Amino acid sequence: MTKSVLELRNLRKAYGALAVTDDVSLSVHPGELHAIIGPNGAGKTTLIHQISGLLPSDSGEIIFDGEDVTRLPMHQRVRRGLARSFQITSILPGFSALENVALAVQARSGSSFRFFGHAARERALNEPAMDCLNLVDLGARAQIMAGLLSHGEKRQLELSIALATEPKLLLLDEPLAGTGQEESQRVVETLRRLKSHTTIVLIEHDMDAVFSLADRVSVLVNGRLIATDTPERIRANAEVRAAYLGEEEAV
Amino acid sequence: MTELTEMQSAPVPSPVMRLELVPIILFAAFAATPTLAAYSGAEGYILSLLTRVMIFGIAAMSLDLILGYGALVSFGHAAFLGIGGYAAGILASHGIEDALIQIPVVLAASAAFAFLTGAISLRTKGVYFIMITLAFGQMLFFLATSLAAYGGDDGMTLSARSLVAGWGVLKNDIAFYWMALLCLLGTYGLSRAVVASRFGRVLRGTRENTIRMQAIGFQPFRYQLVAYVLSGMMAGLAGFLLANQAEFVSPAFMTWQRSGELIFMVVLGGLGSLHGAVIGAAAFLLLEEFLPEILHAVSFFLSDDIRSRLAENWKMVFGPLLILIVLFARGGIMGLLRRGRHD
Ligand SMILES: Nc1ncnc2c1ncn2[C@@H]1O[C@H](COP(=O)(O)OP(=O)(O)OP(=O)(O)O)[C@@H](O)[C@H]1O
Ligand SMILES: [Mg+2]
Repeated sequence: MTKSVLELRNLRKAYGALAVTDDVSLSVHPGELHAIIGPNGAGKTTLIHQISGLLPSDSGEIIFDGEDVTRLPMHQRVRRGLARSFQITSILPGFSALENVALAVQARSGSSFRFFGHAARERALNEPAMDCLNLVDLGARAQIMAGLLSHGEKRQLELSIALATEPKLLLLDEPLAGTGQEESQRVVETLRRLKSHTTIVLIEHDMDAVFSLADRVSVLVNGRLIATDTPERIRANAEVRAAYLGEEEAV
Repeated sequence: MTELTEMQSAPVPSPVMRLELVPIILFAAFAATPTLAAYSGAEGYILSLLTRVMIFGIAAMSLDLILGYGALVSFGHAAFLGIGGYAAGILASHGIEDALIQIPVVLAASAAFAFLTGAISLRTKGVYFIMITLAFGQMLFFLATSLAAYGGDDGMTLSARSLVAGWGVLKNDIAFYWMALLCLLGTYGLSRAVVASRFGRVLRGTRENTIRMQAIGFQPFRYQLVAYVLSGMMAGLAGFLLANQAEFVSPAFMTWQRSGELIFMVVLGGLGSLHGAVIGAAAFLLLEEFLPEILHAVSFFLSDDIRSRLAENWKMVFGPLLILIVLFARGGIMGLLRRGRHD
């Protein structure tokens, strides 16, 4: 078996008596797009917070790229190639789209303890940033203040920022959340393109998107992983249907 | 693609360009003052008032660096004025009177204090940060009052202004004025460079969204701490100048009210433009200086008795006036100037 990019071993997190992440073990293979689905409140965002380092875990281990990162702070995990997006858009609204991405490039290229020189004019930062913007079709909007972009564009920008950190693994928390029909189509297209660049863990409620993009799907219910399999077999899995898919597909 | 990256490196667009007029006019006015003051008949008074404005301008600007660009509300910034003043005074009392030694000591002492207190306070956020910086400021204030050897409560008189390489040039008020202006220009230029640099961009990014900055791999704490140290050093320099101008230093340099005034100056001038803080300091100090006369003049329609009482109790008008300015001139004086240009 190939070495996994990410491996979760018996991960746990509880808020008081509520076990939000309940003994989760999971391994993500290199190059795959691994979707995690589950009803509202299943603990998907919490799990991403734990993997990315925004939230500490109560117990268990997170092995990333062969290294135990369980106790590393978020910024150090990012430097090792673990990037994420947020369910609620998280950008720098007062910076241009280009500068949002250029900052991510800056984070990985040389020291930021430089007190002279105009950072916004550094080609070495702007050019890779522009490439990342083009990858999500935002090239033409590079100079627009990020806070003024449409909601869908902000989602795209967030993807672009994550890409600019040159991740080995991309954790995406509902990149389609709140986007309209057309916008969501665009994000799906972007994701399809990103698939070939990097390994992705995708949390998404949009089942069409999930089943068309994912190589494997894990189902999280009440903090527990109840199944991990190919999209076809997840679709057919009785337990999954009962716990989750039934209600969704009925719509 | 290259087209757009080019655009970024092209000269800044015109609205920003035009705004740059403000600092140019501001500093030109400071530079022209000694010449103009010579004809005014009140040269000494004008120079001393504007020297004070420039010194507080440096202090307010140093605060703007962390408050306006880093959203760090330090309520203990006057402590650095005290450190600068006392370092100069204590050294002078031991016979070390040369600015070429005093200033490096002032900067080192301010940096050390900023590093130690910043390393602790920056682990807290919001109101806790305000409280803890206030606490450190008060700590230093009480330390100064207990320094019996250096005047305690009463403060200490400096035997003379600092020398420059053994030369007593600063005794001359005009020379001292230029020295203050030089320091103001130097710290302004340095701050301008810093906020536009890679470092400054991280600081500004952290102000907008700390989590986002961590999520692209930055550890905000380190950048905030360095900014805090830089800011403290600049405020320390202002303290050195302040003590030199008055040839006196006392615990009153670092009361919490003084820290509050510095915040007020920054907000009054407009957060996050650096020269706005200098304008805020000027507006604050000039208002404080002339409000009694202004009140006396504008209340011409009232009886003499009320007029004189109004002028006497000008502080009752000063406070509400400042509040009104802040409320109705969002973005401070710089905000007003900006709006004026867009209309
Ligand atoms: N800080 C907190 N304190 C207490 N409970 C919390 C906290 N954060 C989340 N929870 C609870 O943990 C559970 C999982 O939340 P989480 O946000 O991880 O769910 P999710 O699967 O991402 O849901 P959604 O699909 O709605 O985004 C929920 O029941 C939520 O109420
Ligand atoms: Mg969620």
